[in-house]
Order: sequence, then structure tokens, then C-alpha cells
Amino acid sequence: MESFIEIQTIQNIVYIGSSVLFILGIKMLGKEATAVKGNYFSALAMFAAVAITCLGLEIDLKIVIGGVVLGALIGSFIAVKVKMTAIPEMVALFNGFGGFATFLIAWSQFYKLDNSGLENTLIMLTIYIGGITFSGSLIAYGKLSEKLKLGKGSWITNILISFFYLSMPALIFVIAEPALGQILSIPPAYFSIFLALTLIAGIGFVMPIGGGDMPVVISLLNSLSGIAAAFAGLLLLNNVLIVAGSLVGASGLILTMIMAKAMNRSIGNILFVGYASASSSVAGKQEGEVKPISAQDAYLILENASSVLIVPGYGMAVAQAQHVVREMGELLEENGTEVKYGIHPVAGRMPGHMNVLLAEANVSYDLLAEPGDVNPSIDSIDVAIVIGANDVVNPSATEEPGSPIYGMPIIEVHNAKTVFVLKRSMSSGFAGVENPLFFKENTRMLFGDAKESIGQVVAEFKD
Amino acid sequence: METYILLGFVLLLSIFLGLELIAKVPSTLHTPLMSGANAISGIALVGALMLTAGSHLQGWLAFLAILFASINVFGGYLVTNRMLSMFKKK
Repeated sequence: MESFIEIQTIQNIVYIGSSVLFILGIKMLGKEATAVKGNYFSALAMFAAVAITCLGLEIDLKIVIGGVVLGALIGSFIAVKVKMTAIPEMVALFNGFGGFATFLIAWSQFYKLDNSGLENTLIMLTIYIGGITFSGSLIAYGKLSEKLKLGKGSWITNILISFFYLSMPALIFVIAEPALGQILSIPPAYFSIFLALTLIAGIGFVMPIGGGDMPVVISLLNSLSGIAAAFAGLLLLNNVLIVAGSLVGASGLILTMIMAKAMNRSIGNILFVGYASASSSVAGKQEGEVKPISAQDAYLILENASSVLIVPGYGMAVAQAQHVVREMGELLEENGTEVKYGIHPVAGRMPGHMNVLLAEANVSYDLLAEPGDVNPSIDSIDVAIVIGANDVVNPSATEEPGSPIYGMPIIEVHNAKTVFVLKRSMSSGFAGVENPLFFKENTRMLFGDAKESIGQVVAEFKD
Repeated sequence: METYILLGFVLLLSIFLGLELIAKVPSTLHTPLMSGANAISGIALVGALMLTAGSHLQGWLAFLAILFASINVFGGYLVTNRMLSMFKKK
């Protein structure tokens, strides 16, 4: 008995040390100069916490070694093999796995015989948050990897949404059950139903949310996986789970708020309403004609430009055009042109998506600027090149009070001297809102696959 | 009960600390921060290791929890590191 207490004391001291390392790690992860070190700190913290926990194992060592080794192999394999363009869905997938682990922990704790009312509450909350994180993340994964095409409006989606709303009273019921059970003597079968309902609810939660809103959803699910871990920590009376889980919860929450602000919408509006179909009433009044341009002509204009702003969007990721974009940027710089990249926070499918792609293509990160930095001087830019971005450069956001995206901060490329828009076709963006940018006097449309179009410009430069 | 109040206090303070620490993250680091935080949420692995395996079902639950948390931990840290190594200033 004495040695048991000693082990627990040692564990708790190591947990405190590892909590400190997690805190330092996540702080350093938030600054460019220290980010790599921060990640090492947090990995070290994880290693220490896991290693010391193994001292007090109550489960079969075979289960532990089997699980860890298999998990390490699978996780490492995915992490090493994944293409940078597939990072959003991979983050969603890993996030779901973390949530699933907490879901299973709470499930297992349910079978402990002497659970108090408070423990029961914590078990149900952990199951709920972890389960929603798991199945919600899997749906996010399906949407991001474009394997899942189902969205808002389909009857299947509507049924799933109703399960999500049904799950909330169910949660209250299972929390209140220990008290109710004594009066009503409810059979224990409700627990299995609750497990299933939670998982279906997570599907219904994410299913109606569209691709363009994914940055918000991923951040939120990220936050939820942390909160679930923190609740599991309360359940198991483990302080490092609480600290680490809360830090993740907080960082996910911050990202969620940054993303929502960049869309000028509330989190509730993004999750539960989506863009209203009001856009159809605004549409149809577009006047003027679209002016196409060839890659050769685009090259001639670019050759004489003294400043160029490149604004990438999800289309760049789809076309895998980041490398050829970097090549064009370098050729322009060699030609004496000042090149900047304007990155909108919600461009792409996850927070910082464009930054990762351009970093992969070796674009120096000091060339990347945020809307607030480029907008004030944008009228001195000779050419703004929009690559597969749409809503984030839509002037309706500043000019048309009736537009669904009115008020959203955008990169105001329409104020540049010339705008090139690279686009596959004339379809509207995710929000389904017409983009008057395409009809502006100073806009030229370069139709086709972004990678091919820029490749042609690059070829012209080399000739 | 007192333990829970104390731990609940730790939880709240940690959330506030987290909010303060990351409030001004540059957009370049949004993805690495998210993926790094994601790896940290694999701390559920510690919880999974604390489980007991009384019944057959509980043994399986523990195994699966360890497996999925490990995927999260190893995959999360590796991919964050891979991503961060690409961020360069020339």
C-alpha cells in the first residue's frame, strides 16, 4: 500500500512538470521563431506523461504495447505519406481519433460499479463531447476529401439533423437518470441507445455545413476534442489531462473566433444557419461583359508591371498550382517586379491553408500579407492575380448592403489597377453569390486550369 | 467533492491561460497551431492507460482507446513537425 502511494505521488509531480512543458510548448507554437521548438516541448511533455502513467498500469501490458505500437505505425505512416494539399482532411481525421479515445474512456468508466451521481454526469458529458467530435470529424474528413457529396437540403441530411437536436434532451436525460432511475426504474438499455444517438448526432451536426465554412468547423471540432480530454481528466482525476485538454480547447476556440470574424458572421450563424438562399434575389442584375484574356497577353502586362499581388484561394489547392505560382513569383521578382501574396484568413478549407501550401512550395513567409496590410495601398498595385479565390475578393462585401456576404472583410483587389482572375468557369463561389468583380472594367478573366494557365505565363517568361 | 472543485478550478484557469497565450497567433501559424494542438489532445492516451480491464468488453475498449489516441499523438506531432520544417524565411 505504501509503495502504491509513492507511485501516485511521483506520477503527480511528473504530471505537473509535463503540464508546464505543454503550456510553454503551446505558447512557443504561436510564434514563428519558436514554433518548431514548441512542438518538441509539447512532444516531450506527452512522452513524460505517458511514460510515467505506465508505472501504474492496471491493464494487461499486451493491450498497451499492442495499442501503442500499432497506433504509432498507423499515425506515422499517415503523417509521412500525406500530401500537403490533403492536410485539412488529415487534421480532421486525427482530431476525430482523439475524440473517439475519450469517448471509449468514458464508455469504459461507465462499467465501474460504484459511480457517484457526479461521476455519472461527467461520464455522459465526456461520451457526448467525445462522440460528437469523433463522428463530426469523420464527416468533416469526408467533406474535405470530397468523398462525401451529401450536403444541406437532402432529406437524409434533414433526418440526421433531427437526431442532433434529439440528442440534447437525451443528454439531459442520461445525466438525470441516476436520480430518475430510482423513481421510474428505467432499464439500463438506455445507455447503448445514448451511445448510438451521440454518434449519429455528430454526423447530423456537421453534415449540413458547407465546404467554405469548413475552417470554422475544423477549429471548433479541434476545440471540442480538447474539452473532451479535459472532461475525461476530471472523470479520472488526472491533472495533466485537464491542463492539456483545456489548452487545446482554448486554442481551438481562438481559431474558431478568428475564422468567424474573418467571415463577419457569428459562430451560431455558420453552424446552424449557413448562407441564406437570398442570393438568388440579388443575382441576375449583373451587367457588363466579361473580358477574357490569353496567357500571352497576361504575360505582356505582367512583364511591364512594377508591383504584383497574388491572391490564392481554394482553387489553387485543387489545381495543385502552388509550385508553379512560386515559380511565376520568382520570375517576376527577377524581372524587377515587387511581388506580394495576399492571404485571406478563410481562403481554403482550414485556418492557414494557403500559408501551408505556399510554404510547401518554398515561398518565403515574409512575402505573405493579410488583408489589413494590403488593402490600404492596394490602389498602387499594378496587377492583382486572383487564383481560384472567389468570395474573399467579392466587392459585394463592401459595395452592396443587400448581399449575403456584405460586411465580410475582403481583399479589395478591385481597387488595383488591373485584376487577373484565374478561374475554371463562370460558376459562383461557395456562398452562391454573384461576383461583380468579374464584370469590372479593370478585370480580365483567364479561363482554364490554374496550373496550366500559370504554366503558360511561366513559359512565356522563360522564352 | 472538494477534489472536483479543485480540478474544476484547474480546468478554468487552464482555459484562460490558453486563451491568453495564443490570442495573437499570426495567420501563418494557424494550421501548425491547430495540428499541434490536435496532437496535444492525444493526451487522452494517458487517460486510456489508466483504464482497468475488468471485463472482456472493457479490455477491448481500453485497447481501442490506446490505439486511436496513439494514432492521434504520433501522427499529430510528426505532421506538425513536417509542416513547420517547410516554413522558411529567405
